[in-house]
Amino acid sequence: MDTCYHCGQSVPAGEAIGHQGKTFCCAGCRTVYDIFADNNLTSYYTMESSPGQTPRDAGNRFDYLDSEEIAAKLLEFDDGETQVITLHIPQIHCSSCIWILENLNRLQPAVASARVNFPEKKLRVSYDSAKVSLKEIVHLLVSIGYEPNISLEDYGRKARSTDKSLIIKLGVAFFSFGNIMLLSFPEYFEVSEYWLDRYRNFFRLLIFLLALPSFFYSASGYYVAAWKSLKARILSIEVPIALGIVVMFVRSVVDMWFNHGPGFFDSMAGLIFFMLLGKTFQSKTYQFLSFERDYKSYFPVAVTRLVDGQEENVPVYEVAKGDRLLIRNQEIIPADGILMKGDGSIDYSFVTGESVPVAKSSGDKIFAGGRQTGQTIELEVLKSVSQSYLTSLWSQDAFAKSADSYANFTTVVSRYFTPALLFIACAGFAYWYAISAKTAFDVFTAVLIVACPCALALTGPFTLGNILRILGRHAFYLKDARVIEELAGADTIVFDKTGTLTMLSLANIEYSGVPLTNDYIALMQSVLRGSNHPLSRMLYGHLPKMAIRMPDAFEEVTGQGMEARFGQTVVRIGSAAFTGAEVPSGGFQTRVYVSFDGVPMGHYVISNQYRPGAAALMQKLASKYKLVVLSGDNEGEKAVLEQLMPAGTQLVFNQKPDQKLEFIKSLQQKGSRVVMMGDGLNDAGALMQSNAGIAISENVNVFSPACDAILDAGSFDKLADFMYLSKKAIFIMKMSFTLSLLYNVVGLSFAVSGTLDPIVAAIIMPLSTINIVSFVTVAGNWYARRLNQKNKSPKGISPAMTNVMFYGEAVQ
Amino acid sequence: MSVIYLLIPVSIFLAVLFFIAFVKAVRKGQFEDTYTPSVRMLFDDELKTSEDQNNPD
Repeated sequence: MDTCYHCGQSVPAGEAIGHQGKTFCCAGCRTVYDIFADNNLTSYYTMESSPGQTPRDAGNRFDYLDSEEIAAKLLEFDDGETQVITLHIPQIHCSSCIWILENLNRLQPAVASARVNFPEKKLRVSYDSAKVSLKEIVHLLVSIGYEPNISLEDYGRKARSTDKSLIIKLGVAFFSFGNIMLLSFPEYFEVSEYWLDRYRNFFRLLIFLLALPSFFYSASGYYVAAWKSLKARILSIEVPIALGIVVMFVRSVVDMWFNHGPGFFDSMAGLIFFMLLGKTFQSKTYQFLSFERDYKSYFPVAVTRLVDGQEENVPVYEVAKGDRLLIRNQEIIPADGILMKGDGSIDYSFVTGESVPVAKSSGDKIFAGGRQTGQTIELEVLKSVSQSYLTSLWSQDAFAKSADSYANFTTVVSRYFTPALLFIACAGFAYWYAISAKTAFDVFTAVLIVACPCALALTGPFTLGNILRILGRHAFYLKDARVIEELAGADTIVFDKTGTLTMLSLANIEYSGVPLTNDYIALMQSVLRGSNHPLSRMLYGHLPKMAIRMPDAFEEVTGQGMEARFGQTVVRIGSAAFTGAEVPSGGFQTRVYVSFDGVPMGHYVISNQYRPGAAALMQKLASKYKLVVLSGDNEGEKAVLEQLMPAGTQLVFNQKPDQKLEFIKSLQQKGSRVVMMGDGLNDAGALMQSNAGIAISENVNVFSPACDAILDAGSFDKLADFMYLSKKAIFIMKMSFTLSLLYNVVGLSFAVSGTLDPIVAAIIMPLSTINIVSFVTVAGNWYARRLNQKNKSPKGISPAMTNVMFYGEAVQ
Repeated sequence: MSVIYLLIPVSIFLAVLFFIAFVKAVRKGQFEDTYTPSVRMLFDDELKTSEDQNNPD
């Protein structure tokens, strides 16, 4: 057994292609090697061993790029001479990939520059449009095994610039904070030395100037948020924060002006810095994931339309009812239609999670979202793209849901905190006003300054940010920190069946019928080898390895099976009707029949395999949550599911995508808080409607519908621990709130007695911050130790891990 | 001691320079992709050697 020098796939000794002292698995891999060797690019193979991908034939799949109208929508920049495009290339997985793609100009001199963004798996190419066309660039990439994924999502979307203002604000805040602290030192010690007294005003002026950018720029987000929440009549945590900052600034200016003291500029700058730091910490995002994918990410940009027998490429949005479309091998069907010509074998794995293609013949109705495998078919469109069965799901209300309606834990606390704070401040003012107006003003401002809920505001970001990272380390990626609170509050978990509870790749295979001799098995294997049908591949992998014989004749009938002749023996593998076996009535199983010389021998039953650890996980979850299985399939697996799931689990079958959404909605109307777990586009509505939608994925880079969280399939059995940890996150926040309230009580006692020195504020504020941050971090890790025990070597979220995952997919 | 009037503005001026460098780095997107440059850095040497083979002079 050799391995391919280019792609690393193992090749049976007899089949390997020897070429220049290297072995290759197929002509495609050898061609790529030749391209690289001819251009002096063989370093590609020295950086990583066998880093390549088997190239696929581009055929005329990219012909639509010749259309200027379509190309213009995809290009990022075009001045008539230079064109720039950013392409998503899922195959990028190692340093060799970066190297070869960034040296693209050695393969195509018209390329001016090529830059890879590895975490996002994107390539940005700029090239001379007079010398090379977009289609040629794409074809070049396809020919070296890096086929870009151009989907409807890219259509008409210009490169988005990420919001960098938060990090700049943080930089400004840090700059102000650091310099003010240094300049404040003389004031802290209050040494009445001659020169200190002399330069005091100079120092104070500088402090004041340094505080301005922090106050007006860095903290501006808090003023906006506070104003918005006041307008919405909600007392959010931003209100006391903004109030505190403004009061600090005004009081400090007044103090300085009347020479009362140095003011609280140091505390103010520190407060702004720490809070922005918390915000940055919480906004951890996983660049290599996308939580916003909808059908657009999978649908093609253009399709081939037949007009009077002529092929033309049209943008998908222009497809109208009555059009005749040409769908080639591996193309996605963009709209519901009727099959007019050819044999359809439609793979709906994006939609339902079911990997076995469905056979369709002329006159059958075909739903959008499937991928044609096999020959080219023609279909007549029944509904436009946006009105099709699957895509119409996205016009449901659930997709217009705004995230603002959610009241999180911090908001709930601040609803009580803010009025209490204002009451204390006013009471202090009233009490002292009888004695001295100046002291009354001091007390009033001091209360607002010291009670400014810095620690309170930091609790949420740091606790949730920390948990977010811990979960990410265990391959559970959340969209944002809000999801943790949703998970913690959930009482119902709804599972999809196919692809979620079951696994796509692994299947249980059982044989029933006349026992087969080894000779027969060897013949079967020789037949199966020639087929790319997923069932053939599964069965091929299942059978013991035998000596392969070359058939004298071989024919594959799409949707039926295949026939091969070895000398006098004719072998047929496929459906019951094809092999002459008795057609089962009302069976729900996936079966593959075998016949030799027209005599049916028996059949293989291929059943879905449930994820390892599923039963144990369900038992664990059942004690705390109501469990529901929501399946789009028929009741064929009911008995198996009843055994797998704990007693009391609700099983619902035959659910269409919009029914799934309605089901979740009805649960919510009964007061449940629902976590939905699914995998396909048909779950997208339910995922969106649920309080927290989790998409489970075998390969997090490649496929997942829009959701709140993406769970790597390998971590499926840890779901119960993840739910436990998110519950504990809320508990940690409660403890931390108590702690920071204690600090507030101490600070307030200084404030109401009118003895709050700037130095006391300058000590209490960072002390409480450090205390809170370290407390929530330690507590979060303490509760997460359960996860670590089970997984001695926790996976990092480094790109290295995503390589491994991607590689697994590519090799299979 | 009046040299402090000079020294402190100078030190703050220096700090401002670094701050401007930081803002420029953020604007140019240096913090967006922190992985690829670490790999790209290693290519330069490698590229030279393969070019050397072409032009032995």
